[in-house]
Amino acid sequence: MAETGALGGPGGLTAEERLLRDTAREFAQREVAPTAIERDEQERFDRSIFTGMGQLGLTGAPLPESVGGGGFSYLGWALVMEEIGAADMASAVTLSVHLLSQFPVLNYGTPEQTARWLPPMIAGEALGAFCLTEPSGGSDAAALRTRATPVDGADGVAAYRLEGTKIWISNAPEADRYLVFATVDPSKGPKGITAFLVEKGTPGFRFGAHEKKMGIRSCPATELIFDGALVPAANRLGEEGGGYRIALSSLAEGRISIGAGCVGIARSALEQSAAYLQQRKAFGAPLSELQGLKFMLAEMARDVAAARALVHEAARAKDRGEPIGELSSIAKWTASDTAMKVATDAVQLFGGSGYSRETGIERLMRDAKGAQIYEGTNQIHRLIVADAVLSRARV
Amino acid sequence: MALRIVVLTKPVPDPAAAAERLGPDGRLDRAASPAVINGNDEYTLEAALKLADSMGAEVTLLSMAPPTGVETMRKGLAMGAHRGVLVTDPALAGADGWSTVQVLAAALRTLEYDLVLAGFDTSDGVGGVVGAGIATLLKLPLLSSAAKIEPNADAGTVRVRRISPTGFDVLEAPMPALIVGTQLLGEPRYPSLKGIMAARSKEVVTKSLADLGLDAAAFGGAAARTKVTGTTKPPARGATQVVRGTPEEGAKAIADLLASRRLI
Ligand SMILES: Cc1cc2nc3c(=O)[nH]c(=O)nc-3n(C[C@H](O)[C@H](O)[C@H](O)COP(=O)(O)OP(=O)(O)OC[C@H]3O[C@@H](n4cnc5c(N)ncnc54)[C@H](O)[C@@H]3O)c2cc1C
Repeated sequence: MAETGALGGPGGLTAEERLLRDTAREFAQREVAPTAIERDEQERFDRSIFTGMGQLGLTGAPLPESVGGGGFSYLGWALVMEEIGAADMASAVTLSVHLLSQFPVLNYGTPEQTARWLPPMIAGEALGAFCLTEPSGGSDAAALRTRATPVDGADGVAAYRLEGTKIWISNAPEADRYLVFATVDPSKGPKGITAFLVEKGTPGFRFGAHEKKMGIRSCPATELIFDGALVPAANRLGEEGGGYRIALSSLAEGRISIGAGCVGIARSALEQSAAYLQQRKAFGAPLSELQGLKFMLAEMARDVAAARALVHEAARAKDRGEPIGELSSIAKWTASDTAMKVATDAVQLFGGSGYSRETGIERLMRDAKGAQIYEGTNQIHRLIVADAVLSRARV
Repeated sequence: MALRIVVLTKPVPDPAAAAERLGPDGRLDRAASPAVINGNDEYTLEAALKLADSMGAEVTLLSMAPPTGVETMRKGLAMGAHRGVLVTDPALAGADGWSTVQVLAAALRTLEYDLVLAGFDTSDGVGGVVGAGIATLLKLPLLSSAAKIEPNADAGTVRVRRISPTGFDVLEAPMPALIVGTQLLGEPRYPSLKGIMAARSKEVVTKSLADLGLDAAAFGGAAARTKVTGTTKPPARGATQVVRGTPEEGAKAIADLLASRRLI
C-alpha cells in the first residue's frame, strides 16, 4: 500500500515501523476481518483472536523490552491499532483496553508488582480490563463511589475491602485481571481515589448484567459487583489517593490508541466505498463517474488523512517524551468524529446494501459511534482542550 | 554442520506504492519510491528459511544496493535470515546487469556457502540474468526454475524440481550450487513481532568495491555495457472483462470466453 496519500500512511516511518504495520495488516486481514460481521451479529467474543495477538506479540508490543514487551515505538502501536481497527474495531478495543490496563502497572507498579502482573498479560495469556465508570456517572470520574476500606493486619494495612458497582467494563467477564479504581474516602474527592489490581475469582467480586451494545458487539462489557471483596495490600497500585492521577495519565495513552483504531474504521469505509463506486452502475455508468459522489469520496479521503496525521503527531509526541494530554484529546476527538462521519457517508454511498447488516458497512457506523463516548466523551475532550488553551493565554 | 545458504535479495521500488519514476538518464530514480525486497526474492528466502526450520541452515542475505539497502534487508532478517551482507559504493550508481554479476560474484568469493539462491527476476529490471551470470563466473552448477529444493547434506548434493513446459524435471547437482527459484517454492511468511525484535541485533556487514578488491572505475554507470537509449510507455490496455464468482463459475466463464474466441 502507498506510503503517502489517503489510502496509505504518511511516510517518515522507520523500517521497523513499516514491518510492524505490514505484519499487523496480514494478521488483521487473515485472522480478524473474515469473522468480524458474524461475531458482531452473534455478539460473540472469540478468545482465540486475542490469543493469536499474544502469539504474534501484539499484546505487549509498545511496552519496553526491560519488562518483556516488544519495545516498539508508540507510532508503531498506532499503526497496529489502525490495522486492527480497519478489520474490526471490537477486536481493536479489546486489545487497546488490555494495554490500557498494563500501562499503569508499568508506570506506577513496584518491581514486585510489575514482575507478578505483567508477564502473562504481555504474553496474551491473561486478558486485562480497566474499571473506572460507575452507574452514577463516567465523565465525572472523581465522584466515583466504590469504597475501599482498609483492613488492618499485624503490621499496618493488610488488605482493602471493596464495595460498589462498576458498569460498562470492556473485556469483562472474559478478562482475567482488573485494574479497579475505588475511593478510600469519598469526602476527599479525587484525592481519595486509589488503584487496585484485582484478579478474577476473588471472593466477593462477581459480574452483573451484560451491556447490550449498539456497536463493537463482539467486545464484551459487563457490570462488576464488589460485595466485600478482599484485595491484599500488595495489590494496591501506587499510594492511597494516587489513583486519580494514574487513571488520567494512562487514559491519554489509550486515547491515541483508540484514535488510531478510529482511523482504521474510517479508512475501511473509504476503501470499501472507492471499490463499490467503481463496481456499481446506475444510469448506464459506474457511480464513480458522478461528480457529486466523487466529491464525497474526496472529502472522506481528506478527513482520513487529517485524522491520521493528528493521531501520528500525538504518538510521535509520546515517543519524544513530550506531554500528550491536549494532543491526545484532539487526536481521539477528531479521529472518532471522522470515523463517524466517513462511516455514515459510506452507508449513504452504498445505498440499501450499506444499510443491510450483511455487508458490514453499517457496522462501521455503529462501531464509530461508541468511540465518541468511551475514553472520555468528545465533550470532555473539548473541556480538556479549552482548559489547555486558556491556561496558555496571556491575560 | 548446518547448511550455509546465501540468498540474493535486491531492494526494488515498492510496486504497491506505484511511485516509480525514471530519472533524466532514463534509469529508475531509486530515491523516488520506498524500497522493498524484490517479490521473487522473498520466495527463495522463504525456501531457505523452510530448510533452516526443517534441517538447520545458516541463511545470509546478499544485496548490492545504495546504503539504504540495510533498511530494506531488515525485513529479511525479521523473517528469520541470520545476517546480511550489503555491497554498496557510490561508484555503483547506474550499474548494469554485467556489473551486478561481477560484484555479487566477488562478494560470494568472500563467503562460505553450500547454496546460493536467486529469484526468478526482479520487478524493476526484469532482466533475469544475474543468477545465471554468477553461476557462470563462479563455475557453479546452475539449477533453474526451481519449484522445490531438497539438499542432501550427507551426500553433499542438492535435488531440484524444475518446472518445464510438460511438468517437472528432477535435477541433481553437487553443492555448492546456484539455484534460481520460482513462486512455486511457496508463499513467503510475514515476520512475527519476535522476528522483528530479533532483527534489531542482527548484523549487516557493509562492503565497498575496495573491500572486495575491485577497481571502482570498472563498474557502475561509466563502465556499463548497456545504455538506455529511449523509453516509451506501453499502450493503454484495451477494455478488460472481469470474471467474478466462485472458482467453478469463474473457470467456466473463462473457458467459454476462450472457446468463443477459438483460443481453445
Ligand atoms: C462501548 C463502551 C465501552 C466502555 N468501556 C469502558 C471501560 O472499559 N471501562 C470504563 O471504566 N468505562 C467504560 N465505558 C464507559 C465510558 O467511559 C462512559 O460511558 C463515559 O465516560 C461517559 O460516561 P456516562 O456514560 O456516565 O455519561 P455522562 O458522564 O453521564 O455524560 C452524559 C452526557 O453529558 C455530557 N457531559 C458530562 N459532563 C459534561 C461536562 N462537564 N461538560 C459537557 N458535557 C458533559 C457527556 O459528554 C455526555 O454527552 C465504556 C462505554 C462504552 C459506550
